[in-house]
Amino acid sequence: MNSELRRALSRGIAGSEERGQSSSPRTKDTFWRTLDEQAEDPAFQEHLYNEFPSEIEAITDPVARRSFLKLMGASIALAGVTACTKQPAEKIVPYVKQPEELIPGKPLFYATAMTLGGVATGLLVESHEGRPTKIEGNPLHPGSRGATDVFAQAAVLGLYDPDRAQTLTNIGDIRPWAAFIGAMRAALTAQQALKGAGLRILTESVSSPTLAAQIRDVLARYPSAKWHQWDPASRDNARGGAKLAFGEYVEARYDFSQADVILSLDADFLSSGPGALAYARQFAARRNPQDAERMNRLYALESMPSSTGAKADHRLPLKPSQIEGAARAVVAGLRGSAGDDSGLGPAEQKWITALAKDLSAHRGRSLVIAGDQQPPAVHMLAHVINQDLGNEGRTVVYTQTVEAEPTSQVESLRALVADMNAGKVDVLLILGGNPVYTAPVDLAFSAALDKVQLRAHLSLYSDETSQRCQWQIPEAHFLESWSDARAFDGTVSIVQPLIAPLYDGKSIHEVMATLGDRPERSAYEIVRDHWKIGKDDSAWRRWLHDGVMPNTAFGAKAVRFQPNLQHTTPRPEPGIEVSFRNDPSVLDGRFANNGWLQELPKPITRLTWDNAVLVSPATAARLQSRERPATTGGEHGNIISDVVDLKYRGRIVRGTMFTVAGHPDDCATVHLGYGRTRGGHLANGAGFNASSIRTSDALGFGGGAEIALTGQKASLACVQYHHLMEGRGMVRAVTREEYVNDPKSIREGDETPPRIITLYPDMPYQGYKWGMAIDINSCIGCNACVVGCQAENNIPVIGKDQVMRGREMHWLRIDTYYRGAVDNPETFFQPVPCMQCENAPCEVVCPVGATSHSAEGLNDMVYNRCVGTRYCSDNCPYKVRRFNFLLYQDWDTPSLKLGRNPDVTVRSRGVMEKCTYCVQRINAAKIDSEKGNRAVKDGEIKTACEQACPADAIVFGNLNDPSSRVSKLKAEVRNYELLGELNTRPRTTYLGAVRNVNPELGE
Amino acid sequence: MSQIFHRSANTIARVSIFGAVFFVAGLLGLLAEVNRSPWMTDARTAREQPIQFSHERHVAGNGIDCRYCHTSVEDSSFAGIPPTKTCMNCHSEIFSNSPFLEPVRDSFRTGTSIQWTRVHDLPDFVYFNHSIHVNKGVGCTTCHGQVDRMPLMYQQNSLQMEWCLDCHRNPEKYVRPRSAVFSVDYQAPEDQEALGQKLVAEYQIQKLTSCSTCHR
Repeated sequence: MNSELRRALSRGIAGSEERGQSSSPRTKDTFWRTLDEQAEDPAFQEHLYNEFPSEIEAITDPVARRSFLKLMGASIALAGVTACTKQPAEKIVPYVKQPEELIPGKPLFYATAMTLGGVATGLLVESHEGRPTKIEGNPLHPGSRGATDVFAQAAVLGLYDPDRAQTLTNIGDIRPWAAFIGAMRAALTAQQALKGAGLRILTESVSSPTLAAQIRDVLARYPSAKWHQWDPASRDNARGGAKLAFGEYVEARYDFSQADVILSLDADFLSSGPGALAYARQFAARRNPQDAERMNRLYALESMPSSTGAKADHRLPLKPSQIEGAARAVVAGLRGSAGDDSGLGPAEQKWITALAKDLSAHRGRSLVIAGDQQPPAVHMLAHVINQDLGNEGRTVVYTQTVEAEPTSQVESLRALVADMNAGKVDVLLILGGNPVYTAPVDLAFSAALDKVQLRAHLSLYSDETSQRCQWQIPEAHFLESWSDARAFDGTVSIVQPLIAPLYDGKSIHEVMATLGDRPERSAYEIVRDHWKIGKDDSAWRRWLHDGVMPNTAFGAKAVRFQPNLQHTTPRPEPGIEVSFRNDPSVLDGRFANNGWLQELPKPITRLTWDNAVLVSPATAARLQSRERPATTGGEHGNIISDVVDLKYRGRIVRGTMFTVAGHPDDCATVHLGYGRTRGGHLANGAGFNASSIRTSDALGFGGGAEIALTGQKASLACVQYHHLMEGRGMVRAVTREEYVNDPKSIREGDETPPRIITLYPDMPYQGYKWGMAIDINSCIGCNACVVGCQAENNIPVIGKDQVMRGREMHWLRIDTYYRGAVDNPETFFQPVPCMQCENAPCEVVCPVGATSHSAEGLNDMVYNRCVGTRYCSDNCPYKVRRFNFLLYQDWDTPSLKLGRNPDVTVRSRGVMEKCTYCVQRINAAKIDSEKGNRAVKDGEIKTACEQACPADAIVFGNLNDPSSRVSKLKAEVRNYELLGELNTRPRTTYLGAVRNVNPELGE
Repeated sequence: MSQIFHRSANTIARVSIFGAVFFVAGLLGLLAEVNRSPWMTDARTAREQPIQFSHERHVAGNGIDCRYCHTSVEDSSFAGIPPTKTCMNCHSEIFSNSPFLEPVRDSFRTGTSIQWTRVHDLPDFVYFNHSIHVNKGVGCTTCHGQVDRMPLMYQQNSLQMEWCLDCHRNPEKYVRPRSAVFSVDYQAPEDQEALGQKLVAEYQIQKLTSCSTCHR
């Protein structure tokens, strides 16, 4: 042994001893994952180290041990037999006439757009021989800039959902489309004399110029008919706030690239709402500590912790009703007047004072945004602060509204219900949405609906509303229909179909056409006619190709600023406040039957398949309730928690309680979209229906609630308890000041063993050497990468029961780490794919060579060789390998087969799988480049996670090219390896977080 | 007490213990051979097809280039099976009344595809790309055999992994000039080794044997 090696070895051993001592006492700098870990509960600690508690019981039980051995014997005997299958003869089916642009085996990409709450996000959809399989963002579209959110990523599964409404029915009988047209003709003839007084149309928010023109055309024809709108994903409060501030409906558009100081008033602008993708990119671009002077500073006043709050440099948890007082205190602070009726404590006052000072130091370079569930007064106050700071025209621009007909939707719905109850409505067309489920409970929408003679519902699912309508019309999915829609800045996109309707669904344009002269017109004709496309359709073709119509963004609009500062929201009743939110995964329930979204761990709570009554740890303690990870009957992730009755305004809903670090005390957050009764196989029975206590006068939140323990317990599937860190430091974070003074401070405590201490062979890695850098400072934890990965790599959904056993299959997970006190911790997101170690512990333990090192440094996983020993997963320090325990993939449902990526194997049971850096994309790009006799360009290969990311937090590339983006990131001081002390030499590395802390407030 | 076993039992025991080793080895060898045999791989077995299409007639007889029908072979992973329209380009004029071609006309009339039986069928976990192989100088006949002498199409080679790896490890044994890739009567020259090495250098052919080259 040479002396250098000996020295290094002794250093390594000494180092590990030091580490062992230093990791035991918990300091303020310690990161933690779960409340149990933070509380250092001894029972939990013990549980933590028993990685497979259920198996431990099985081994000590003599009977189970014997049957285990029997099964092992049988499976070894049968193991060889499965390989003895002869491949069956397969058919190969060519086209009769092959479409011109199509090359079989090569995907085509088409631009289209998806709307949520009326606002469009531009998309590029990958199509394999006419089957849409994967959705990416459209780089030319202002609302996407190439990124996507979870809903767009999961839309492919929504298209192929076998539970979709498949037939047009009238009171349960299957009828042809012509029968519906006939029924509408008859009803309209009767309405002709009444000028349509009995005709009502209920839509969601509408930004489609074509649809708005169609509806206005019908209203002109039947002047007494009415158009109502109700969209739970829409933004009544923002509209109300604009009206209070400017006397009219205007849209506020933000420019984060110009904002140095940002204040969020309970707004989750990074991951929800119009323009979130564009805003997240602008925001993240100003968080680069290399350019420390340009780092922005984000303050968040919020109730339920959100992704935006997690990114905030300073976060102040407040009850939802306190936000308004705090906003007034900011106004007072800026104007130098005394306003102390805000009901805030001295610590909060100090926070607000420092914030006001910081804001006024950045006039014209600051930005204030109010959250959608905050009342109109808060939105008005946000406008006031922006005006006071002179931000208009710099960081905020006011434009006309994206919606064609902005209105107070809750009042619109209330008026409709009143008319229905008064018997004034003869014909009601409900075009999209599910108002029976989503309408505020006090409106008693469904009882009123029964009084309407002719009710028709256009919907993707035969849902709660369809059930109460005579006519159920299956809706064409947006990937099946023609339409148009506006982005958050007004840019128009044409929505083009990728596939003919699978179930003969109708688009909203076609249903509206039945009210006109030419009821059988197709949506294609309607949209083209609206844009007056004649014989020469070169412009139209350009719009379809680009996915945007040029020069259709709204310009700035001159507004008259006349805020009604006297307007205040009434103080809520004392008692526990309940805050209602759209669910981060299933929204208002419209995505409740989408398995990808249901199984997606929600940001912050990391719950799957459920909603919960979310409270702070202190509130839970006061109620003498606490959830515990199950120690029997499953592995980590089965959280046994109290079932509570949430009493609110005379109504009760029963749900499971879950504590959230950083949640304000004495209030509860409940997410909508669960407790469906007719939502489909996956939606039904999951969670509880929070809409059943939500009233129309307090859609965002209300006071006077009570939480009572029922004594029952229920299980929640929370993946935050999986893959626990066991005291190891996974996140590096410092303040900007520390970083500027000494960039190396971020790597404190890091140790990288010398390269010679290893028994692994030294690989040359000529040619390409793939690597990835993930910037924790940019990651907003939005989950788009997780669903993007799932869609790209044919990853199955496993269900709540299996998640509770710790078997979720996501190849990429987003770990959430906390630091500091439980009432307001700092939060960090860390996406963890396979690290593709150079010294891979997984490879050496595989007995059948199913995982091996590629020449470019990937840890290849060969599914057809894998016999399922799971040694590799056992030996993986990052726990990124996923084992297909049961036959998780659906092999039978025909519609689901259409959506799979044909370039990735559909894995079966008993096989280990993991992230491959999207090797199918690497190979495709390499083949492409070699045919052109050139090298793969930097950025040519984008992994699915990288492509979906709105914050540009994930960068993939060739490490042998020193000028590649990833090489440059890895050269930064912030770059660190996860568990680098193990000398696994991971190819995926992380860039530490740097918080831009206000020195006045400190950490 | 008399002996239970005759003296010969000793020999029998030795032989059977010794023989068992050979027996097991032989059995394994037999299994390996069965697995490589056309019975398992379907090599050199003509398949039943809806139309008795003859590559011999069309390629050798009429001199049609491979790419007239297999259009995407240079661009895509999949070489392409011609659409009915391609057949009808000629057969609306030639043999336009032949009862033999009725399935083709029927397909064209009704718009329903002809359902061929796949001859070259790799397992679902193998991702083969035609375009890169023909671009790197792997000729059609290198893998598919003398298609111009096949009245009914059959698979020339086993398509087993060892067969793939033979070329991936030693491409110089098989590559030919790009200009000759689609030639059906190309004969490898005497000095294939020398030519191969020259082409491997010229076309920058790599010896790709990482698992993820084909499996993913």
